[in-house]
This record gives sequence, structure tokens and C-alpha cells, in this order.
Amino acid sequence: MTKTSTLYKYQKLKVASKSRKVFIRFFGVFLFLAAGLLPLSLVEANDFESALKGLGSKSRSKIKIAVKLLGDMGNPAAIPALEALRNKRLQISEGGALIILDESGDQGHDALSGKQVDLNSLELRKPRINNSVRRVLSMTIGKLQLTSGDSDVRLAAAKELLKRPSSGLVVLVEKALAKESDDEVREIFLLVLAKEGLNSDDKKKRLQSLKTIKEIGNNDFKTDLEALLEKDEKGEFLEKDPTIRKSASQAISSIERRQFFINQAANLFYGLSLGSILLLAALGLAITFGLMGVINMAHGEMLMIGAYATFVVQNLFKEYLPGFFDWYLVVAIPIAFTASAIIGVILERSVIRHLYGRPLETLLATWGISLILIQSVRLVFGAQNVEVANPYYLSGGVEVMNGVVLPYSRIAIIIFVVFVVISVWTLLQKTSLGLQVRAVTQNRGMASCLGISTHKIDMYTFGLGSGVAGLGGLALSQIGNVGPELGQLYIVDSFMVVVLGGVGKIAGTVVGALGLGFVNKFLEPIAGAVLGKIIVLVLIIALIQKRPQGLFALKGRMADN
Amino acid sequence: MIKKIVTLHSLKGWLFAFGLLGIAMVLLPLLNIFVPEESVLHVPDYMFSLLGKYLCYALVALAVDLIWGYTGILSLGHGVFFSMGGYAMGMYLMRSIGKEGVYKSDLPDFMVFLDWKELPWYWYGFDYFAFTLLVILILPGLFAFTFGYFAFKSRIKGVYFAIITQAMTYALMLLFFRNETGFGGNNGLTDFKRILGYSLQEPSTKMSLYIITIIVLFLSYVLSRYVVQSKLGRVLTAIRDAESRVMFSGYNTLHYKLFVWTLSAFLCGIAGALYVPQVGIINPSEMQPSNSIEMAIWVAVGGRGTLSGALVGAGLVNGAKSWFTVAAPDYWLYFLGTLFIVLTLFFPKGLVGVFSRFSSKDKVREPS
Repeated sequence: MTKTSTLYKYQKLKVASKSRKVFIRFFGVFLFLAAGLLPLSLVEANDFESALKGLGSKSRSKIKIAVKLLGDMGNPAAIPALEALRNKRLQISEGGALIILDESGDQGHDALSGKQVDLNSLELRKPRINNSVRRVLSMTIGKLQLTSGDSDVRLAAAKELLKRPSSGLVVLVEKALAKESDDEVREIFLLVLAKEGLNSDDKKKRLQSLKTIKEIGNNDFKTDLEALLEKDEKGEFLEKDPTIRKSASQAISSIERRQFFINQAANLFYGLSLGSILLLAALGLAITFGLMGVINMAHGEMLMIGAYATFVVQNLFKEYLPGFFDWYLVVAIPIAFTASAIIGVILERSVIRHLYGRPLETLLATWGISLILIQSVRLVFGAQNVEVANPYYLSGGVEVMNGVVLPYSRIAIIIFVVFVVISVWTLLQKTSLGLQVRAVTQNRGMASCLGISTHKIDMYTFGLGSGVAGLGGLALSQIGNVGPELGQLYIVDSFMVVVLGGVGKIAGTVVGALGLGFVNKFLEPIAGAVLGKIIVLVLIIALIQKRPQGLFALKGRMADN
Repeated sequence: MIKKIVTLHSLKGWLFAFGLLGIAMVLLPLLNIFVPEESVLHVPDYMFSLLGKYLCYALVALAVDLIWGYTGILSLGHGVFFSMGGYAMGMYLMRSIGKEGVYKSDLPDFMVFLDWKELPWYWYGFDYFAFTLLVILILPGLFAFTFGYFAFKSRIKGVYFAIITQAMTYALMLLFFRNETGFGGNNGLTDFKRILGYSLQEPSTKMSLYIITIIVLFLSYVLSRYVVQSKLGRVLTAIRDAESRVMFSGYNTLHYKLFVWTLSAFLCGIAGALYVPQVGIINPSEMQPSNSIEMAIWVAVGGRGTLSGALVGAGLVNGAKSWFTVAAPDYWLYFLGTLFIVLTLFFPKGLVGVFSRFSSKDKVREPS
């Protein structure tokens, strides 16, 4: 079927090109008359349906008339068909019905009824349009969209106009602006007009445009404005009028100032996001380091295990509960925690327990464990990254300002981290287990004398620390790749958090992680990501000169250890 | 002075050391030159590059043992000093390629590739071997001295120091990975042609490099042995075992730690410089944190606080690595990981410790 249809089309095209010249000459006059006269007479006679059908007409001039007609009717229902015509996805059946193909071109639906149609059973042809029709088409679509009742459609249309201005629509925009009630759309309408007004001959209009741009314009206007300040080879300004130039340079500095604030706000958010991730990664590390004085080099692998646990839960849902797929993440939270916690407890019982008082050797032994864990994951899941999909409520983001999109996943992680930190804090401060953990952290020997089973506490704490890292892995799976080396990427940074924040206090870890996140993100645009990291390292070493035990060191007797 | 050096080892010890030296420097080259290739006893040419590489690692292990085994300071950043020496040598070798690179330009190939017009200032001087040698001998030590001064002054020790050094090597690795840094980025420096006018492809050059490495290693060993058996060495061991008490006895531990730390970096830098012409490449992955941790395991395998153990450990671990990566690449990390765990749990004194159980005559220093 497809083959014959292309052949058929080909023949038709040939005929068309032969007779094109005659066509144009003959219809040129007719078109001129028809465009002016017909719509008026036809508006009342024909209803929307037949106007839409006119899009399937065989002559270009009739298509053009139909398009204009639809534009005058102002019925937004015509937009899909018109857009399909512009994007070459509109086809006409033998019976004259309009079929809109979807993007893949395999399926289509009727433009009027919206019903799915079987493409194979129909003989289809494409309507032929030329540039003149296309111009009218764009104008009409823009017009229909600008007057649409849906403010989202109006917004999209206005943004499109800002990107690809078309001078013919200025009058329409002015009209639409007068009626517009939505502030966001109004603003963009104003910008469209201002952009247009810059090239006007009327000085007053230009100054007015510059004023608008100065007040609400964004970075996209900078090139236009800079063009106003350019000089020719002799060093003379291309723009003769000094008031325009002054106004333009004011507008530029105002835009730059605004952009600076927007960038800072974005940095703030991304710093907070990075900091919260580091916090999840480092929280468990700080707890176990504070308690036992050992650095767990395999801590990064606990993150990785949490992430892979999320991946496994996701796959199970995909397989057995596809209807509830979007809720896999909620189920994954306890599972990621438990998986990492169990591995952590095994690790503590089998290796770390035997190395008390030998912190450096613990470091090496846990490094060995991390190698084994990485290689095991590689053999089980493969060395490639696996994909963990965002559930629908975490995909996408909210655009708070022009150019600043906050992804929902990152916002969710920040909230999640707050929840985790509060839980851990409550656990350590308000429960008897927490009391015992703090007692052992402060003075192991004395706690033991008072009847606290330090071995048990060590085990629980290690499980808790590892479990929190597992939650960190779950969070990371929502914003980045999940691979066997996931933990390695964050381990050095989480060590830095611990060094910076000191041990034994959650507040230290929170401040350390957020501080590191902010400093990193604010240095990145200035110095680049890598130099930023090096500067951070130097800063940490400098800070340690002043406070060797971190920002929030425990005071008193324990401080010496 | 000479008397002191002679008394470093017993007569048996010296005989053993010179015996090994004789085998490595005389017997192996003779077996390569005079024994026909069909013979079982023939030592193939490639063996000298391989052995040379292991000897460089042994020199690194010696350096790590000084700082970790004797002074109790675990550094996870020795890859940086190794790479500094390596990159300095690599830069000289790059410059001596001349116009014979792929692009026939005076600039190193990667700079032409990145469309650089002239040599960055920090490449000046590397046309001269004497200058390069000076950089190799001074830069790693100087860098270590500066870093160590600030770290030791604020009494960073134990795990904190290990973490800080790890962060240092990590940060520098990221820096060297960038093309803009001007050291060849990801690919590093490679495709060397000659050293001091001798082609690096020639077996004779390879053998000369190998013999130079042996001599350097031997001298470094004697130097290290001299240091650890001097009074200064005793103080270092005391710092390892009870730093506070040493301080209370009136010693400024900062000076001692700084000295041995700088010496260790110095030896490591030389090892890097010898490594590059024999292996033919230097790239930022040498600065991966994992590489520096592996260096610690070489020492742990042989036995900490016994210089000879470090040499043995470096050879054994790297030999095993070479074997595994060919025979069972998937299981190398398992082996290495298990090695880390088993050693720390069951054999904290390493191989030397295992042997000394059987012969109680050799006293092995107790590591902390």
C-alpha cells in the first residue's frame, strides 16, 4: 500500500509541476479577488465543518481561502488540523475527510470526529501548499492561538512569537494584549511588541520599547540591544540617536543585573540540592566515624547498593505490578534501607569488629570490601549503567523564572533529606537506643562499665549508618546514572564533609554538607568545576589549620582522641 | 660514615643483598645476550621493561614504607608524587620527539590537536635533560614539604591525614584530566621516541634503563636503611608508637615527620621518572585514589616496618596483577579485595612476619 501511494503521489506531483505556470497565472488574479471577497460572503453561508473541509481542497487558492476563513471564525478547534497541514501531517481521503497523522506517521485520526482510522484501508493524498499558503497558515494559527480561551495555549503562542517574530501579527498581539488578563502572558505580549518596536521609525515607540525591555526583558534581548551600541569602522555609532543609545545601555545593565540574580538563585538551589545529596552520603559515615573512630571506605558502596536495590524494585514492579509502577519508589525506600543496612551489619560483624583500635587498617580492609562489592555488582548486573526511571510525579520540573527550571526530583530529594535528618536526629536524641549510642560515642569504656552492650550498639549504629547511605543511593538513582562506580564518585566528597563538619554531631554534618554544596556550586561558574573542587580542598585544609577537629568538634576530654 | 653504612647489615645480609644485585645486574643481562633464544634459560627483551616497571614500584613501596611502616603516617596520595616525577620525565621525552610526531610540528601532538599555537610557559626548559632532572629531584619533594608543613603543623594525623591526602590526589587527577591544563588530558603523554638521543625501542636502551633503575633502587634502599637505623629513625618509630610521649620528651615531631614525608615523596618522584621511559606512557589515571591505596597494600603484603618486605610485596602483588589481568581479569579485584581483608585481619605483619615466626632469630619490628 505504501509503495503504491508514493508512486501515485509522484505522478500527481509531475502533473502539478507541468501545469504549475498556467495555474499561477490564471489563479493569480482570481486569488486576489477571492481573498478579499469570498470570506465575507461565505462566513455566514458556511459553517465551521465545511471550512475545515476546504483544507482538503485540491487547489492552493481554495486552501488559502479556507485557512483565512477558519482564522476569521476564531474557533480554536481548527488549530490541530491547521498545524497538521503546516507540518505535512494532514492527508485527505477519497471521500474528502481530513486525516491527521501522528508523529510516527503510522496512525491517524479524523480531524472532525477525532476517531482513529485505519490508514491501510484508505486512499490518501497530501494537500499541496506553497509559501504563500504557509504564510497565511502561520498567521492564522498564531491568531487562533493568541485568542484561544486556554491561557497555556496563549502563553505558548506568545513565546513562539518571541522566538520567531512575524511582523504581520503585531496588530493581533496588540489586540490580544488589550484583552489579556493573565499577567504572565501579558508580559510576553509586551516583550513581543517591544521587540517589534525596536525597529520602528518612531523614536517615541523605540524608547517605549527599550523601557519595557529594561523592566522585564531577559538575556535573549542582549544581542538586539548590543547591536544598537555597535560602531562602524570609523568608530562612529551606527545608531545616531544618543538617547536611544543611552536607553539601550541602561536596558543592558538592567538585564545583566536581573540575570545575575537569577543565576545566583539557581546556584542557591543547585547548591542546596548538591548539599542535600552529600548530606545523605555523609550522614551515615559521620555517625559511624564518630562512634567507632573508623573510616568505612566501603561506605560509597552502600550508596551503590541502595541504588541497585531501587533498580531491582523498579524491575519487579515493571514485571509483576505494571499498574502500580509509579509507586515503586515508595516501596523501594524501606527496601533500599534494609539492603544496605544488612550488608553493613555483616561487614561490621565479620571484619570491622576485629580491627578496633587500628583505624588505618580498618581503612584498608574496608577498601578491600568495597573492591569486592563493586566487582560483585559488576558481575551480577553488568559493568554498564542501568536505568532507573523517574515515576511520573518526579519527572519534569517547575520553571520559577526565565531559564531556571527546578526539577521535581531534586526538590523531592531536598524534602526527603529533611525527613531523613529529622528521623535520625530523633532516633539519636529521643530514644534510649540513641542515648546509648551517644554514650558509647563519648566514652566507650565508661559506657561499657555502666552495662551498655557496646558490641550491640556498634552493630546497630553501623546498620543505621549504612541504611541511611542506602537511602542516599535511592535518591541518587532519581537524578543520575546508576553504575558499579556510583559510590566512588561521592566517597571523596563525603569524606570531606566529615572532615569539615567534625564527628559526633549531626549539626556538623549538616553544615559541612550544605556548606560544601553551596561553595562548590558558587565556585563552578567562576572557576570551573575542577578548579572549584581544588579551591574547596585548599579551603578545607586552610580551615583545618584553625579547627583541626572540624567545625563542630566535641569539647572536653574526648577532643584528644 | 662508611663504617656506619657497612654496619647496616650483618655480613650475611650484605652477601644476600649483593647476591641479588649480581643476579639482577649481571646474570639476567648475560642470559639475555649469550643464551640463544630457543633455550629455556633465555631472558627475553620485554622482560627487562617488565622487571624495570616492578623495580619502580618497589622503589615506591620503599617510600611508602618509610612514611607508613616506620612513622605510622598512612598516605593515600603517593600517586601524586609518582605522577609528578613521571610527568616531568614525560615532558622531557615529549620535547625530545622533536618534529617526528604525527603532525610534524615542533609542538607535542596533543597541543597541535587542540590547536594550541605555542608552548605553555611551564613547558619551557623541558628541552634540557639537566633541567628535567632538577625538576624531578626537587618538585615532588617541594610539593610534599609545603603540603606536609600545613598538614602536620595543624596536627592532622591518622585517618584524617589519609583522607586529606586522598582528596589531594583526587583533585589533582581531575585537574590533569582536563585538556586545558596542558598535560595531554585524558591520554596523558605517550608515543615517546628517544631519551638522551638513544631510541627507546632499542633493547640496549631498555636494558640500560633497567640497570639504572636497579642502581637507584639499591642506593635508595641503603639510604632508607641508613635513615631508619640512625637516631632519627628511632625517633620516627617512637612517633609511630606514641607521638604524644615523644613530644613530651622535648622533640619537635613536626620536623621529623616533615623530613621523612619529604624524603618519601622524593623517592616516589624518582620512581615515577624511571617508570615513564620504561612503560612508555603517563596519564592522570596514575593519580586515581585506588592506585595510591594499592601502594599501601604492597607494603602491607611484605610487612610494614621492614624495608626488604616492602620490596618483596611490591614484586609479589604486581606479579599477581600481571598474571590475573591476563588469566582471569574478572577475579583480580576479588583477589585484591580479599588480600586487603585477610592481611589486615590475620597477617598484620605481612610475609616477613610469617617467616619470622619460623626463624625467631630475625627480629621484626612491631608495627602499630
